[in-house]
Amino acid sequence: MHDSHGGLSHSLQTGIGLFYFLATLMNVGFALYQHYEAKNKLQAMVWGAVAGIFGFHALAYLLHIGWPLFPWIQNGVNWVMGPTTYFLLAASGFTVLLWFRRTATEPVVAWAILMGTLWFGGQAMTNENFKNIITKPDNVPIVMLIFSVGFLTWLALRKMVLNDERIARGEPPHEKVLEEKVLVWPDLVYTELIAMVICTLILIVWAIVLKAPLEQPASPARIPNPSKAPWYFLGLQEMLVYFDPWMAGVVLPTLIVKGLIALPYIDFNQKGSGYYTFNERKFAITTFLFGFIVLWCVLIVLGTFLRGPNWNFFGPFEPWNPHKNVPLNNVSLSEYFWLYLFGMSVEGHWLLRELPGLLFVFGYLFVLPPVLAKTIFRGFFIRMGFVRYMVLITLIQFMASLPIKMVLRWTFNLKYIVSVSEYFFNI
Amino acid sequence: MSIGDYIRNTQIWKSIFRHPAPRDRRNRVVVMLTNVFLHLHPVSVRKSGIELSYTWCMGGITFFLFLVETVTGVLLMFYYRPTLEHAYNDILSLRDVTTLGILRELHRWGAHAMVITIWLHMYRVFLTGSYKPPREFNWGVGVILLVLTLLLSFTGYLLPWDQLAIWAITVGSNMARATPFMGYEGPGSKLLVVGGVELIHSGSDARFLLLGSRFVGEQTLLRFYVLHCVALPLAASLLIAIHFWRVRKDGGISGAL
Ligand code: HEM
Repeated sequence: MHDSHGGLSHSLQTGIGLFYFLATLMNVGFALYQHYEAKNKLQAMVWGAVAGIFGFHALAYLLHIGWPLFPWIQNGVNWVMGPTTYFLLAASGFTVLLWFRRTATEPVVAWAILMGTLWFGGQAMTNENFKNIITKPDNVPIVMLIFSVGFLTWLALRKMVLNDERIARGEPPHEKVLEEKVLVWPDLVYTELIAMVICTLILIVWAIVLKAPLEQPASPARIPNPSKAPWYFLGLQEMLVYFDPWMAGVVLPTLIVKGLIALPYIDFNQKGSGYYTFNERKFAITTFLFGFIVLWCVLIVLGTFLRGPNWNFFGPFEPWNPHKNVPLNNVSLSEYFWLYLFGMSVEGHWLLRELPGLLFVFGYLFVLPPVLAKTIFRGFFIRMGFVRYMVLITLIQFMASLPIKMVLRWTFNLKYIVSVSEYFFNI
Repeated sequence: MSIGDYIRNTQIWKSIFRHPAPRDRRNRVVVMLTNVFLHLHPVSVRKSGIELSYTWCMGGITFFLFLVETVTGVLLMFYYRPTLEHAYNDILSLRDVTTLGILRELHRWGAHAMVITIWLHMYRVFLTGSYKPPREFNWGVGVILLVLTLLLSFTGYLLPWDQLAIWAITVGSNMARATPFMGYEGPGSKLLVVGGVELIHSGSDARFLLLGSRFVGEQTLLRFYVLHCVALPLAASLLIAIHFWRVRKDGGISGAL
């Protein structure tokens, strides 16, 4: 393989080598832990071998004879990836995680997932496009976000699984056992001191290593393509693909804030206060996690890393070509209804034209809640009372409107359900 | 006598710290009660509440980052003037001229980190069910703090006055013009007509209120600067005070009953 290190700069190879070296150390540590602490010979051997594999990679890249990520993986990933697959993969990963939470949070399983990610991450860095977008100084926080949300979700689910097992055995949750009081000095103040020192160190190193970005002076005449909002709003910007600005930029964000404030007053479940548990709060946790992880974090990652010029989708290894042409043939519901169903023209007064869509929205907002109250949410309705139930259901409906519109777009190219452009009223 | 003991016995030390090193139970209680900073804390806490894997320390880290932002922000104000003429060049010289120029980096990365830690703090409060009675109100205070933190970050994003800044703010604030009734491209605004005069137009709508102009310009810079350096930090400080007070009044960090 004479072109095995084709095009990879020496500094990049050194960086990747060091990265794999760290992963090697992590696995050596984990193997030792399995050997001496957990006394699991098999696990110790497996992770020793994994350490060997990482060590081999580290050596190769440190000697500058590393290889780029296999082209078939790059092309395969680019080819498979699109907004649809990306979102569906995330949503199904989320479902699997919650469903099989017991297995998925086994330390060994979680460790294997982390190691797989690290291996792939190192390989992916050999791709120019991937490296450039990941290491853009303003994007580094998102990499941190991915890892911290990933780790803490694992930690929380793990604690939930363990507590749920305790509760099922009739024991109190772990937090209850640690009920006794300890003095704040020294137990808490020293923790705080150490935390502050660590944070200061991290921040200073971060500030020295990465320069804050400064582009050309502001010029109202030169519009960059793509123009992106700050990263923490990119989930909202991604919603603009499916909704008009008044929904994506005003109504939905307002409802997120109001919904969060309302949350403690809607959640009538007395259990699960002050300890980790999943089984006692299945509905609340699933809904919140879906909102925070799938609809917020996953969309931020999509908006930052995978949306390029003209807000087109680009695979992680695909160059951002500003001339990429994505045919848009989105159709509104009124056209489907009048034109395709009845062969009639879609002109005429907007009220008549949009009647099907308006009926649909009316049904969704006003007929569905009572129907649900009589059927699957019957228990909720009885226990919550009218007002609380209506607030809950409305919030959930607005939250669900995003995935609903996504699916309608992917399956029917549906643009608007109601489209009264005369009054900027498009849904 | 060790060096530590010697220092603790000097007149200077004793004049600053009004009590001896807290080595026994009584003094460990006293120190918490008599120190103005420490008395934010209770004297004792539930063991489960200070387990690192329970709170993840995220509220505390968020507060720490808020303090870092305040200090570095004040220092940055010595170097930065919010005018079209100076803004960009002041930032430029922070990088090129100032000695040990990592001030801007500390402030910017601290801000990014704070957005992440506040989300994680909210995440943990949710996952431990710590918003349940009697802590509903404090959760609400927290949500407002979250909004303030995002606004602080957003207003600060404009100040370097480079391409990244104005276009990110343009994209973000364009949403305001689609506000129902209040934005000139928002649903319903066309209905607000009195005697043939449109009430809501590009010079009177929600976006204009935010930007102080029809586009991101000099007025916007001033507005965002004042919000970023004065109004929002004051509001956030006030709410943080309430937040901490309520944590104590609601019975300290939550725990299984
Ligand atoms: C500037 C922002 C914030 C700061 C500095 C802050 C700080 C803190 C601190 C230091 C605690 C003590 C326990 C802990 O560290 O976890 C706490 C508790 C709490 N925070 Fe925050 N917080 C902020 C934002 C928020 C947000 C966004 C929420 C929720 C939406 C929130 C809700 C709560 C609640 C309900 C408690 C009580 C939790 C318990 O007793 O276990 N806070 N906060």
